[in-house]
Amino acid sequence: MADKILEINNLDITFSTTAGPVHAIRGVNIDLERGETVAVVGESGSGKSVVMKTVMGILAGNAAINRGEILFRYKQDNGETVEVDILKKDKKWIRKNINGRRIAMIFQDPMTSLDPTMTIGKQLMEGMIMHLGITRQEAAERAVRLLEEVGITEPGRRMKQYPHQLSGGMRQRIVIAMAISCNPDLLICDEPTTALDVTIQARILELIKKLQAVHGISVIYITHDLGVVAKVADYVNVMYAGKIVEVGNIEEIFYEPKHPYTWGLLSAMPDLETDDARLYTIPGSPPNLLHEVKGDAFAPRNRYALKIDSIAEPPMFQITKTHFAATWLLDPRAPKVEMPEELKKRVARMLKEADRNGGQL
Amino acid sequence: MAANYNAEPILKVEHMSQHFKINSAFTVKAVDDVSFEIYPGETYGLVGESGSGKTTIGRGIIRLYDPTGGKITFKGADITGRLNRETSQLLRTKMQMIFQDPMASLNPRKKIGDIIGEGLDIHHMYRTKEERKEHIDGILKKVGLAVEHYDRYPYQFSGGQRQRVGIARALIMNPELIIADECISALDVSIQAQVVNLMKDIQEETGTAYLFIAHDLSMVKYISDRIGVLHLGKMLETGTTDEIFSRPLHPYTKSLLSAIPSPNPRVEKARTAVEYDYETSGIDYGKGSLTLVEGTHYVHGTAEEVRKWTSESAG
Repeated sequence: MADKILEINNLDITFSTTAGPVHAIRGVNIDLERGETVAVVGESGSGKSVVMKTVMGILAGNAAINRGEILFRYKQDNGETVEVDILKKDKKWIRKNINGRRIAMIFQDPMTSLDPTMTIGKQLMEGMIMHLGITRQEAAERAVRLLEEVGITEPGRRMKQYPHQLSGGMRQRIVIAMAISCNPDLLICDEPTTALDVTIQARILELIKKLQAVHGISVIYITHDLGVVAKVADYVNVMYAGKIVEVGNIEEIFYEPKHPYTWGLLSAMPDLETDDARLYTIPGSPPNLLHEVKGDAFAPRNRYALKIDSIAEPPMFQITKTHFAATWLLDPRAPKVEMPEELKKRVARMLKEADRNGGQL
Repeated sequence: MAANYNAEPILKVEHMSQHFKINSAFTVKAVDDVSFEIYPGETYGLVGESGSGKTTIGRGIIRLYDPTGGKITFKGADITGRLNRETSQLLRTKMQMIFQDPMASLNPRKKIGDIIGEGLDIHHMYRTKEERKEHIDGILKKVGLAVEHYDRYPYQFSGGQRQRVGIARALIMNPELIIADECISALDVSIQAQVVNLMKDIQEETGTAYLFIAHDLSMVKYISDRIGVLHLGKMLETGTTDEIFSRPLHPYTKSLLSAIPSPNPRVEKARTAVEYDYETSGIDYGKGSLTLVEGTHYVHGTAEEVRKWTSESAG
């Protein structure tokens, strides 16, 4: 068996709200191999953040896990590999052994994940002292080195500063330094650059990539920005209404997508060469998961929907060894439907551009 | 209706400045000596990072702030300084704004119909209740909402629908210029495309001009006829979308364009963004001025800098 660090199997979660139960996660499977980067893409409300919060054991109190397992494998300090099912552990154990220690998380807005009343240094050292059992002095030395590593100038002075004295990009660098401070095995980035400017976004992504290579960390990106995905990911999971609807490696998802929702996502984002008079849109809006979904959740917005879509939910059809999609269009009995003409042109253009630049994976 | 460049510009901004005095010793120059114009039916995109002053310009034009310097002319009337009754009336009806966060800009205790109709009420633009209702229903349909939505409240709508309400509220006054401040940034990708298409359709139908303020360059490129690049309150480069994207001259513009992530993994993985740091770049924004390069393409810099950049891009 390959060296899988994280395996989410058939995860199913319901939230109880005043309006009734919301079936937010409806059987999600995600695999992540050691050292690789997986992106989870989807619209807001698709459940991508909920899945990652479950991995961290920080779900809201009104959530009920109906089914599933989250297997996490890590090396203990003595070199032994351990496998745990995070869903079976209590909060206290997770807090002590997983959060910040083995799995670290970077959130969207750096200002809300930093404590405004604590100095940068104190916040950085806190986790290391707690998890690694080192002295204040050792922690302080490590903290300075970490700040240097994430590209912060004058680290000694920054240690005594407060979050409000730094710019947005610097704050996100601090958060990244905190995340990697305890040598985690897995880093979860929840929209890490959405709150930042494009120029800073590029630098932060490059930083995460560099750190990942140096420390051998596996990374999960949660994002809705396909440009970011193209830059960082090895594998992509496309999520819609609490389900993974397509999964594949980066080339398969961008150059040979099979699910109509992925087609829509790719065409809705203008690339710099788009000059069509109108953007392709996915009509309507995501379903309300308060109501139990019958058949394919995407069918009402899908212009290629078949009759079967309103009756039965499509299974995952396998296309290649790594590429799966949940759409009835892939059933051998279905009429042959190709990806939309505009998208085909776009893919051809992308491949041509890649050839011209000699871009290699 | 395409942009009409032969007509008089609908909006002319000349040497606009917006300084905020923090204390006697320190003044923030949020916008410093910025000039541009917008023609009828045109979409002008303002781009720049946060803190570059793009929102301040939009707010200064529609007089949510009082610009501290310069002259703004809208439809031939000077709208700087104290406004008299007619110019105020002109500004408040013919220029409208769409805000970034549709939830924060809609009064949660008012019905959608009343939010959209507020402008009509204030300016007494109907004779009977039926006329008002008819007008609002027409606008609702135009932005892709249903007449039944009239009696609902903002919280009952999704993000995309709320932004449609924001657009409807602007449209009901038949504006000739709409300032759209990051109006799609808070929306999901698939919904963004819907709203952008709607804005384009409306422009085609009514011939309104847009000042489109955003930081998402691929969307700006798609929707704009001309673009202005701002940094630290200065207009660094302006020109048609084609001029800016095919031949960016200013190092800041180059770095901004190189930072746009392209949804093409093979290209994107091989690429790194061009870095630009004002402090170490050796460029002093205070020294240069906006210089014409060719056509409508202007770049901000000293004569020597401009010469260097143009020869670099030619070679």
